[in-house]
Amino acid sequence: MTLSTGGLRAVASRKVKIEVIIKRLLILGAGTAGTMIANKLFPRLPVDEWKIVLVDPSETHLYQPGLLFLPFGRYEAADLVKPTKPLLPTGVELVTGEVEKVDVGSSSVQLVNGETITYDQLVIATGTHPRPDMTPGMGGPQMGVSVHEFYTLDGALALRRTLETWTGGKLVVHITELPIKCPVAPLEFAFLADDHFRRLGMRERVELTFATPLSGAFTKPIASDMLGGMLEERQIHVEPDFFIERVDDGVIVSYDDRSIPFDLLVSVPLNMGADFVGRSGLGDELNHVKVDPGTFLAAGSHNVFALGDAAALPISKAGSVAHFAVDVFVENFLDHIAGKAMERRFDGHANCFVESGAHKALLIDFNYDTEPLPGTYPIPGFGPLSLLKETRLNHLGKLAFRPIYWHMLLPGRRLPVPIAMSMAGKKMPLRQPEREDSIL
Amino acid sequence: MTVATIQGREVHVDVEGFLTDPTEWTESLAETLAANIALELTERHWSAIRFARSDFETIGETPTLRRMATTGGVTTKEMFELFPKKPAKKLAYVAGLPKPVGCV
Repeated sequence: MTLSTGGLRAVASRKVKIEVIIKRLLILGAGTAGTMIANKLFPRLPVDEWKIVLVDPSETHLYQPGLLFLPFGRYEAADLVKPTKPLLPTGVELVTGEVEKVDVGSSSVQLVNGETITYDQLVIATGTHPRPDMTPGMGGPQMGVSVHEFYTLDGALALRRTLETWTGGKLVVHITELPIKCPVAPLEFAFLADDHFRRLGMRERVELTFATPLSGAFTKPIASDMLGGMLEERQIHVEPDFFIERVDDGVIVSYDDRSIPFDLLVSVPLNMGADFVGRSGLGDELNHVKVDPGTFLAAGSHNVFALGDAAALPISKAGSVAHFAVDVFVENFLDHIAGKAMERRFDGHANCFVESGAHKALLIDFNYDTEPLPGTYPIPGFGPLSLLKETRLNHLGKLAFRPIYWHMLLPGRRLPVPIAMSMAGKKMPLRQPEREDSIL
Repeated sequence: MTVATIQGREVHVDVEGFLTDPTEWTESLAETLAANIALELTERHWSAIRFARSDFETIGETPTLRRMATTGGVTTKEMFELFPKKPAKKLAYVAGLPKPVGCV
């Protein structure tokens, strides 16, 4: 079957019958970015001019921030998954299918089942995905036994089963390569694991290591300094600049021949964009789409955009980035299809709660140019949330985010936080932390 | 951003010493930068440096280790041998390019 662009709609008037061409906005991916875009644009695009079609291989939507808690039994799988269709306006057509290739020359998308869908405007929002198969030894028979990941529902549930009977030993939390989605999640996992084993009275039987290709705990110096201190307080050993070459039997080995033995490895595998991005010649080495970081227009294109984790942006891959990015994109897109210039530029705004265990969390707020700083959010000087500081309220904020995600964020309702990052309420520490990541 | 004097010439650098203006780089400057981080440049180093410079000119970004392996013809293993411990950063430093943006 071929869904060709320019569906015809007969509009009767008193004297003549006019044929109006309906244009098609095709969105690939019904994750956070794709769903928000459909919900925000549907009421803004006249139905007699535009049709929105959304393609996704799954019929369900996964609340990804909840995966972190699944291995520790704080959520059930059913808490994190909902059918996709009711999350969309009835006028949006949802196609269940997997993309084979985008042909930008003919403005069409070929699905694996042979179907072709043409588009007038295309948004690629197919995210980024863990690929244990890309590291020798990682995707083998030990996957789900002594080697785990928690970025998929199956992976997080397998880890939960392992943790339920684990009696202690060497636990290594590991990041393969940057970028990864939600770059604070592995740190949060280490903090939650420390808390989990303390609660079970078995912390002294667990040797915890955090192995990272970064030179410190996090990517940005001030937050890295603070989070590094928190790892130290919890007796979590950091192995920096660890670039994995392979997983052997019970040991991870780096390219510079360092070995870290493990009884239980919780790795964040290499993250890659969808394979079709590479097949279509739209991606970088990791199949993330190269875009203008201000407008999300794909390099060299006038009608292909990429948003959310699918885009190669110089900022964290996170739902919050998708949220702020979509707000900028929607207004720009309406100008773009009206033939006007896209004048708004995304500033790279990101914020994340960082769960630190014992019912506390930190909040970080940053963008392309400004690293996470201490302060208050969202109201300068008041909060009620504290930036770069462990508080109970931040933890409650993180938990409260799940209903906000389903009922406000995905439907495209306005949240009471500014779209662009603001320096109001932020304080630059008087003493800059020592930069650990010296070139030597 | 600060100004540093290397080989009697003023160049602009960031807090970590990376050149902020790639046009201020010269091959002879690279030898001094390499010596600063205890490296002696061989032809293999130069091959990596030349690719990184030309790639930056084309795509406007410092190559990551993955890009060096897939496009630049230098495997990650070899990058660790040539520029020990922190290969992507050391290559960028010696090649007069900004620190790679893979770390976000």
